[in-house]
Amino acid sequence: MSQDFRLPAGGRIDRSERLNFTFDGQTFTGYRGDTVASALLANGVHLVGRSFKYHRPRGIVTAGVEEPNALIDCNITAQEKGTREANNRATFTELRHGLTTKSVNAFPNLNFDIGEINSLMARFIPAGFYYKSLLVSTGMWHRVVEPVIRRAAGLGVTDEVADVSRYDGHYLHADIVIVGAGPTGLQAARVAAKSGARVVLVEQDTECGGSLLRDPVEIDGMDADLWVATVEAELAAAPNVRVLTRTTLSGIFDHNMLTALERVTDHLDVQDAADDHRPRMRWHRVRAKQVVLATGSFERPLVFRNNDLPGIMFAGAVETYLQRYGVKTGNTGLFLVNNDMALSAAIKAKDAGIDVTVVDVRSESTGPNTERLMAMGVPFLTNHTLVEAKGGKRVKAAVVAPMNGDGTAISGEMRTIECDFIGSSSGYNPIVHLHCQSGAKLDFDPTTACFVPGAPMGATPTISAGGCKGLFSLNDALASGASAAQEAMDALGLQAAEATVVSASEEAHPGSLHIRHLWLLPTDKPTSKGGKFWVDFQNDVTAADLQLAVRENFRSVEHIKRYTTLGMATDQGKTSNINALGILSDVLGVTIPDIGTTTFRPPYTPTTFGAIAGREPGDFLDVARVTPMHDWHAEHGALFEDVGQWKRAWYYPKAGENMHAAVDRECRAVRESVGILDASTLGKIIVKGPDAAEFLNRVYTNKWMKLGVGRCRYGLMLGEDGMIMDDGVSSRVAEDEFLMTTTTGGAANVLSHLEDYLQTEWTDLKVYLTSVTEQWAVASLNGPKARALLSELCDDVDLSPESFKFMEWKEATVAGIPARIFRISFTGDLAFEINVPADKGMALWTALMTAGAKYGITPYGTEAMHVLRAEKGFIIVGQDTDGSLNPHDMDMSWIIGKDKDDFIGKRSLTRKDMSDPMRKQYVGILTDDPKEVLPEGAQLVNVADAPASAAPKSPVPMQGHVSSSYWSSAAGRSIALGIVKGGIARKGETLIVPMPDGRNVKVTLTDTVFVDAEGARQHG
Amino acid sequence: MVAQPAKKQRFNALALFRNALSYHQNWEQQWRSPEPLEAYDVVIIGGGGHGLATAYYLAKEHGITNIAVLEKGWIGGGNTGRNTTIVRSNYLWDESAAMYEHAMKLWEGLTQELNYNVMFSQRGVLNLAHNLTDVRDTQRRVNANRLNGIDSIYLDAAGVKKVVPGIDLRGGGRYPVMGASYQPRGGTARHDAVAWGYARKCDEMGVHIIQNCKVTGFDIEGGVVKGVQTTKGRIGAKKVGMVPAGHSSVLASMAGFRLPVESHPLQALVSEPIKPTIDTVVMSNAVHAYISQSDKGELVIGAGVDQYISYGQRGSQHLAEETLVAICELFPQYKRMKMLRQWGGIVDVCPDASPILTSTPVDGMYLNCGWGTGGFKATPGSGHAFAAHIAKGEPTELTAPFALSRFETGFLIDEHGAAAVAH
Repeated sequence: MSQDFRLPAGGRIDRSERLNFTFDGQTFTGYRGDTVASALLANGVHLVGRSFKYHRPRGIVTAGVEEPNALIDCNITAQEKGTREANNRATFTELRHGLTTKSVNAFPNLNFDIGEINSLMARFIPAGFYYKSLLVSTGMWHRVVEPVIRRAAGLGVTDEVADVSRYDGHYLHADIVIVGAGPTGLQAARVAAKSGARVVLVEQDTECGGSLLRDPVEIDGMDADLWVATVEAELAAAPNVRVLTRTTLSGIFDHNMLTALERVTDHLDVQDAADDHRPRMRWHRVRAKQVVLATGSFERPLVFRNNDLPGIMFAGAVETYLQRYGVKTGNTGLFLVNNDMALSAAIKAKDAGIDVTVVDVRSESTGPNTERLMAMGVPFLTNHTLVEAKGGKRVKAAVVAPMNGDGTAISGEMRTIECDFIGSSSGYNPIVHLHCQSGAKLDFDPTTACFVPGAPMGATPTISAGGCKGLFSLNDALASGASAAQEAMDALGLQAAEATVVSASEEAHPGSLHIRHLWLLPTDKPTSKGGKFWVDFQNDVTAADLQLAVRENFRSVEHIKRYTTLGMATDQGKTSNINALGILSDVLGVTIPDIGTTTFRPPYTPTTFGAIAGREPGDFLDVARVTPMHDWHAEHGALFEDVGQWKRAWYYPKAGENMHAAVDRECRAVRESVGILDASTLGKIIVKGPDAAEFLNRVYTNKWMKLGVGRCRYGLMLGEDGMIMDDGVSSRVAEDEFLMTTTTGGAANVLSHLEDYLQTEWTDLKVYLTSVTEQWAVASLNGPKARALLSELCDDVDLSPESFKFMEWKEATVAGIPARIFRISFTGDLAFEINVPADKGMALWTALMTAGAKYGITPYGTEAMHVLRAEKGFIIVGQDTDGSLNPHDMDMSWIIGKDKDDFIGKRSLTRKDMSDPMRKQYVGILTDDPKEVLPEGAQLVNVADAPASAAPKSPVPMQGHVSSSYWSSAAGRSIALGIVKGGIARKGETLIVPMPDGRNVKVTLTDTVFVDAEGARQHG
Repeated sequence: MVAQPAKKQRFNALALFRNALSYHQNWEQQWRSPEPLEAYDVVIIGGGGHGLATAYYLAKEHGITNIAVLEKGWIGGGNTGRNTTIVRSNYLWDESAAMYEHAMKLWEGLTQELNYNVMFSQRGVLNLAHNLTDVRDTQRRVNANRLNGIDSIYLDAAGVKKVVPGIDLRGGGRYPVMGASYQPRGGTARHDAVAWGYARKCDEMGVHIIQNCKVTGFDIEGGVVKGVQTTKGRIGAKKVGMVPAGHSSVLASMAGFRLPVESHPLQALVSEPIKPTIDTVVMSNAVHAYISQSDKGELVIGAGVDQYISYGQRGSQHLAEETLVAICELFPQYKRMKMLRQWGGIVDVCPDASPILTSTPVDGMYLNCGWGTGGFKATPGSGHAFAAHIAKGEPTELTAPFALSRFETGFLIDEHGAAAVAH
């Protein structure tokens, strides 16, 4: 299709670059510099979407980010999969060659949408109809009614496969961030740049210029283009300035933490984007000392009957399409205004050869724009209302009539004026979103009928300037840009540079609006009858809906929003909220500021998930930690278990072995000969300082003051609630130094727990903590042959049981590597834990494996480790305990230092319930059938309560649960551990485990040690 | 003088049709806005879902209708209107399971009970397990649920994929989905409608709903509550039920006692609306995120709490970022979705992550708070149980375990440590 509505010349488009794109399968052309919206309009396409609820035909109404109607799904690259993006604003989507776009919310197609039946039923489905009807049963709702609603709702369609694009995050620091590079922001940036501040200027548009892009007036005798180019060159030359275009400042958080989305490759032609090495988007996190907002204003439309027909748009949008894109929005235009400024659009339209009629709702219209239009011979109706727009998928005509004096009713003959577009303006709303996000309030300016920034609040207030401050004159805006920057420089303590004084001709931009507030144009029928007055276009909220909400006593603006869905669409009320407040103020009989606004929340415009997530998903999310011996495990067929952030060898199946067989082999090797475990992942914290022993004494339940250098001790750490938090062996390295070990998953928590106490509670203690988890590699030799093996590689320490006792550690050389050997055991067998510097871990491991071959040394993983320790009844914090168990519960009362002054959790342990004999307690659990291995997490019940089915209808009293359960070759049967109400006193009792398959398995409560009950082996 | 009941016109399709014929000019107020009387039998502080439900069940089940519900802002404007609307009852501990399952049963008939469509949708809730510890804990919880009569089942990875075809089981490799607990009866509801539906029925029975009425103090004589001071003057009360959510410790300190409660920001966000893409509620504690799709089509996404203490109803940016990382990890096809809005609420969290429903050191004063991040799902059950507690003036079987005294005795109901589930 040819671009019939493209003006022969003008605009900022590059006519030398024709770009092909498709919309709903049809191919169109546009030019470089177009948006999808401007290109569609150039081709005469106005019907671009369907509304959310009634599926009304809708057209493009704006030329910017606030667009509520023209949403399109895009495929950014030629690939069909992984690039589909739903709900893009056609008015803010740069046209590029090869782009595929689709309208949303229409089936089977945009022209004939079956959903439009909702529009015919509109009378029966007003705001909130669903609360009052469809009161079906819960089952009917989910199965029958809701699926219909869900299919009808929603707008675009999201991709089904993973996004192919890359996204990146970026951190910026700035003395001053200026948001918006229109005349105000450019002027502010100039001053800040000259003052020597680090400046970041953020502009969402493709280029700097702001309002000058659609209205290129003269500034300082210069053409606006030249002026912008001059300022840009000045800024580009300054090393302290960074200008980010195509970047939306989306959020302001506490202490001027700003977020901004930069679109890096979305404007490139499809093939170029696919080949580009850069990320698709960058998510900037900006720390700003000062923030100047120069975000301008949005126009708002007048509300009249059928004001949603395609072809009815904002007056400023008509002007933008003409001036910036060289596109006529039609051939016969009607402009409906209540202010002076909007008339400039009518002038531009007339200049472009469009037949123009002006309907001005004011009783008098006398400004220079009016005079000019009159002089141009444009029919100009004052004190007229637009009674109704006529048309279907495009506006065809407007019915107008004179009004009475107060604008509440029509007062004369209605007449019909044919037109193929209407440009409407009810004034301008400063873009105060970011101001409000920073925590500041708003004031209402009755003269211009809009909210303007109120007094700044908080420690880091933002400074508003220009249009977003309610300054609509270009000269005022330019001056306020400079003074805002100077104010920011003062706050920074910098000598503010003098502003280069610039001025635009008053005539071009008078800034005075002479606005008449008419929130709802008078018509011949009530708002609830004969056609709708649309307020929120996308969500189909009408004036009658607002009135209905108030009638039903939804009077708070938040209630009205939630009841009618006003302002909840993808434009978040940018085009609708002030009109709604105006209408509500008439209905409620209170002023607009008394109604107040809903909260402005981030983001300013919808922001891509992937960009916010950046590089994190996938490989960089909680980057896996691996030990120095990891590659060896992988090469030897280990499967890995995620423990905290670590990859730990789980078990090492040999060919043909299943998990059970492999784990059983590994366990037997430890009990019969020697096994080796990579224990590098355990948390290791150096506790150093004159008060190190005192510190341990306070964080562990047992006593630490007298532990000798060279000795090791097991400790239990409680939370403030007296519940077990972590455990591990700590060893005294020197009088003032301990090496603490923690569980693998708990290391980080323990360190911050300890630091918390050191830094906030016990500031008097002279102790430093240092994590050395990664600095040491640990190979743990376990089994009766451990000593024999180790002695082959270590000749500088006497390993005999007499001189190197259980729970001691020594410096030694193992396989030529300086090492620390700890005689501690988590298997209950003879064990040596050999610690070497991390970079020697692999050398140690391979030396042990080589020397151990003749003993049949067997690497074992976490699963075998779990079995071996369970055979001994050793607890695993987080498996056998769950944050609700204290040391008494775990039958570990022995570890509580009786006469200690204090330790973390001591007070809580004195509470009545903490020693209740019927608390859940740690026991062994043996199945009657020794071959039955219970599932971990199975519950136990009393025999008398055994349920008749797997899913009993009413609650069955539970006694406890199975926390650990394994096959044990050493015990020759299955073994299990668990916690049971009053369990310690109930050993010998029979209970029932009701299985998920409905079987009731009989078990007996026992002691928790299943192998080597006297504990001789570990001392061996 | 007592509050007057006013029979409401019933909501149904016929009423909608009839009113359509008169252009919806004749709908009555869903609830009235009376000026407060001098005194009430019961004053409920807090017009959120829990407070309104308490008033409703007091009136309906205990015959006490001379009630005022005082709301400092607009009803349902606190956490009732800010949460991610997830409803489930698959809690680990018996005491919690009893409370939330009680609520679940009430949810299942709530639309009819209130004659107001609260859109309770039993779309099912999945709690994902990403490692062996998760799996073990999940199975433990599922077994406990099963024996508590709750419809909880364990799904392996393939089972999860069947329920949520869009999920990436590898989770980018770092957080593979190994299994999940699945509660088919769980789901979502329309949060605002819950507050409005209760309000409408309360009003029908004569309960006064008084908005924009902030409590500024209590009249306590000899350890007995006599009334409350408010921005609308003194209001006498024989009994006071406090249901103040995020500000519970502020009210308690006005009444002269302390609570073991910390107030944290909790954030949520929604995407732009899209056509149906995910039917089930998916929650993952390991990556701290949960997601469902509203009937409007928005992806509704929740996060964990901000670690700092605050009354500001906004959170820190990094938490929302981390949540979206988790969502993009589980659903990489949503990377091109766009965040429409993020917001925060204030949750009051107890050390054991379980609520407080209790009598207080002040006679005649009762407290319902500490629901932390998971109060919405309990709304009907909490209101029902608390109403019984207030009416009787003593703990009921359901409320007794949640007494304030548990922090003295140590009888904690530690859903934090044990359930290992985002609330």
